[in-house]
Amino acid sequence: MIAFMIRRLFQALIVIFIISVIGFAIKQSVGDPVRELTGISVSEEERVEFREKLGLNDPWYVQYGRFFGDAIQGDLGTSFFYKRPATEVILEKAPATLELVFVSSLIILLFSVPLGVFSAIKPDSLFSRALMGSSIVGVSIPVFLTAIMMVYLFSIKLSWLPSYGRGELVMLGGWGTGLLTLDGWLHILMPSVALSSIMLPLFIRLIRSEMMEVLESEYIKYAWAKGLTHRRVWFVHAFKNTLLPVITVGGVQLGVTIAFTILTETVFQWQGLGFMFMEAVERSDAPLLVAYLMFVGIVMVGVNTIVDLIYGLVNPTIRIAGVK
Amino acid sequence: MSSIRSYIRANGMTSLLEVKDLVIKFALRTGEVTATNGVSFTLEKGERLGLVGESGAGKSVTGFSIINLISKPGYIASGEVNFLGEDLARVSDERIRSIRGNRISMIFQDPMMTLNPVLTIGTQMTETLHQHNPQMSKAEARAIALDKLRKVYIPSPEKRLGQYPHEFSGGMRQRIIIAIALLTDPELIIADEPTTALDVTIQAEIMELLMELCETEDMGLILITHDLAVVAQVTQNIAVMYAGSVVEKGPTAQVVADPQHPYTQGLIAALPQSSGHGERLNQIPGMMPTLKNIPPGCSFNPRCPHVMEVCKQQVPSLRSGKNSNLAACHLYPPEKDNPSAR
Amino acid sequence: MNRLDKFRQSFLWYSFKRDKVAIACLLVLLILVLTAIFAPLIAPYNPYDPEMIDIMNSEIPPAWEAEGGTEFLLGTDSQGRDMLSTMIYGMRISIIIGLGAVALQAVLGVLIGLFAGYHGGRLDAFFMRAADVQLSFSYLMVAIFMSAILQAVVGVAKFGEIAIPFLVLVIGLSQWPQYARTVRASVLAERKKEYVEAARVAGFTSSRIILDQIFPNTLSPILVLSTIQVANAVMSEAALSFLGLGMPIDRPSLGSLINSGFELIFSGAWWITALPGLLLVILVLSINMLGDFLRDVFNPKLYKG
Repeated sequence: MIAFMIRRLFQALIVIFIISVIGFAIKQSVGDPVRELTGISVSEEERVEFREKLGLNDPWYVQYGRFFGDAIQGDLGTSFFYKRPATEVILEKAPATLELVFVSSLIILLFSVPLGVFSAIKPDSLFSRALMGSSIVGVSIPVFLTAIMMVYLFSIKLSWLPSYGRGELVMLGGWGTGLLTLDGWLHILMPSVALSSIMLPLFIRLIRSEMMEVLESEYIKYAWAKGLTHRRVWFVHAFKNTLLPVITVGGVQLGVTIAFTILTETVFQWQGLGFMFMEAVERSDAPLLVAYLMFVGIVMVGVNTIVDLIYGLVNPTIRIAGVK
Repeated sequence: MSSIRSYIRANGMTSLLEVKDLVIKFALRTGEVTATNGVSFTLEKGERLGLVGESGAGKSVTGFSIINLISKPGYIASGEVNFLGEDLARVSDERIRSIRGNRISMIFQDPMMTLNPVLTIGTQMTETLHQHNPQMSKAEARAIALDKLRKVYIPSPEKRLGQYPHEFSGGMRQRIIIAIALLTDPELIIADEPTTALDVTIQAEIMELLMELCETEDMGLILITHDLAVVAQVTQNIAVMYAGSVVEKGPTAQVVADPQHPYTQGLIAALPQSSGHGERLNQIPGMMPTLKNIPPGCSFNPRCPHVMEVCKQQVPSLRSGKNSNLAACHLYPPEKDNPSAR
Repeated sequence: MNRLDKFRQSFLWYSFKRDKVAIACLLVLLILVLTAIFAPLIAPYNPYDPEMIDIMNSEIPPAWEAEGGTEFLLGTDSQGRDMLSTMIYGMRISIIIGLGAVALQAVLGVLIGLFAGYHGGRLDAFFMRAADVQLSFSYLMVAIFMSAILQAVVGVAKFGEIAIPFLVLVIGLSQWPQYARTVRASVLAERKKEYVEAARVAGFTSSRIILDQIFPNTLSPILVLSTIQVANAVMSEAALSFLGLGMPIDRPSLGSLINSGFELIFSGAWWITALPGLLLVILVLSINMLGDFLRDVFNPKLYKG
């Protein structure tokens, strides 16, 4: 277990290193920091001098070393647009996205487990068939389309729910939360449902197929032969084994969810990281792009490492990932 | 053994298990397939019976049908499974569950696949006890589990209870499964090829352990296997199955020494030790038919050295051969009123 | 027995004949693909021809609405282009990118999977770690990022010109691990079998064994995976285009059309978003359902994730 953890952490460090190299490369190729910082009304000599002062004439590895050193201290440069440290902008926008991901994960978890398990143990029931039919329709509708349809129906036609923004926020320290007001919940409802609209059917199908595979196994047949009740066989013997692959895939899918936040936030003008990212793309705000890359990269690596460690804890026979 | 049997019959006692005309079918997408076609045998208290045959002969499915646990799409189409006079093929789910793992235990073929990988041995043992004795305390269950682990010679059982299946070797796991089978002091154990997945050296150990326990605990045993040598070692009676039917029944020693059905004769001739040193092994020519295309008449007729015209038309019933064995073969005259010869 | 007879006797054909949903999906898909191939013949207008576009015609609703006319059956978009024609051409682009991207990832993934699986050792370990790492990052995220950076570097106008090959490349490159892992798993299973051992003993070279003996056995998982992946690639392209990181609006795919119509639904012009959206869903859904059907028939071991 210890060796397993060390290997995992080591791998995480390598990946973070690779991300930082990519981030550095982006920083070098997008935009000219001198122009962004000084404006156009500066003479050529001053500009050369400025380049020297910023260390832009140093060899690339020296520059990378500086970049990495700053990054470790939380300094990812200054946003061209906001004229503030990129890290600060990221931290200000992060709560919106994290709350969105949290609520939609909650929706996914709450519905996928019972529905997936049910359709696995009663595969021939009408409900399961209907569920499987609608789930394939669900995975075929892009997230942004679901979001737009919801806006059209619930905001424009019915005027039930607000179509953009986060609503009334409550400040908790530096964290502006929308989860403590009714208005906040009304605002987060549609974005979070839209965000979970593809993941939910995907998870239902995953849990179902894994559980059905487990139910075919010898040890389940043996559990029946021991005279155990349906409850015990399904929810202790089968479900625990279903969890293992679901945890692994769940970790991967969380990464996909972050990509989907960009789409959802764009439709709902949700003031989170995804929205900020698209704005940064339009404005060629390189430091902010790099900061976003680093932040998302670290979050993903963190989540994946945690997922692997949980997997190691749940599974008594730790099989190193990849050797399934 | 036959003396015990006649004693029991004479005194009007019910047999431990009486399987009667059992027909098991599989409802496949492409049509129905018959897995067993009228299997009958009886087992007395404490008796050990060997159910022998090639893979696909229907012996495993017969074993599982006793506790009504045939995998879908299989089902019991007709026949009875009388366990101490109660037809288990027809009782409620609730009732059969109270018998499974309690009064009839099963031992599966592959110990590597049988135990749940994410539950400790202790959990998998005590859950059976709690299931069948809801009022039993944790300490009591643990004590019983430890006792049974000692019975199957697992060293330091206290430590072992907290471990997971992958921490045990195959032979150890099969011992644990035997210990689980013993937990509730069942009247009958059904062992489906309990040693095939194990190393040869461990096979004998496990078989010996199983036989010893059946004797000391006075349990009935149905040993399902393709290995005649093992059956000869452990059981008192044999039922030989071929293509879904019992083709020969009788006391083990007599079936092995003087088989009556040509199929059994072929099986025994094919055993390595029966042919002399350096000679070729005798094989039965041909293959057992698959369930989908069992030939008309006696299902063995295409491979039978003594095949006659009648064999291709009429299914032979069980009848006495030249000794007291019952054989389903037209070589012997049929009996009208032999109750067990059906 | 020729190949056609063989196919007719296969389980695939047997199951297909009995599955009305699968037949319907294949029909729908065939119609869509043929429409896309023959777009210039079928579409009533050429959306790429500025001569045929009149800004005065913009935002005309479909024919069945009160203000709609018979001139534009499904209405027009904000630039006055005929919706039906633009959608047909857009679907054409979506399908081209989808198929191209899948072809790329399949070639890459299958080659890596075959050789890594067969040779094992360090090469195998390296590729599988790389696959692990890449899979742990969402492919869509990677694609979004690469597009965003490229757009920032070369500028929006230049990006529009190279959009198609770039999207094929970016979606193709981000999904090879799916194939590599699936193929590798079947190679590992096949490699243990006796016929491979026999071929090796008989002195065949390893590349011969891989291509002649092992590769054919990986075909059915590849087929199932490819179907699902085409649907995924079409969805990814749509997502990128919706974000403005894919096809430009003067040569729109279904995704960019939906994007261009999104702002207008607030003013009531729902069709510019809804109709391409519907077409996209029908396209993806029919591919997905065929994929499900194939998966049920072949029941291969696919890599999840």
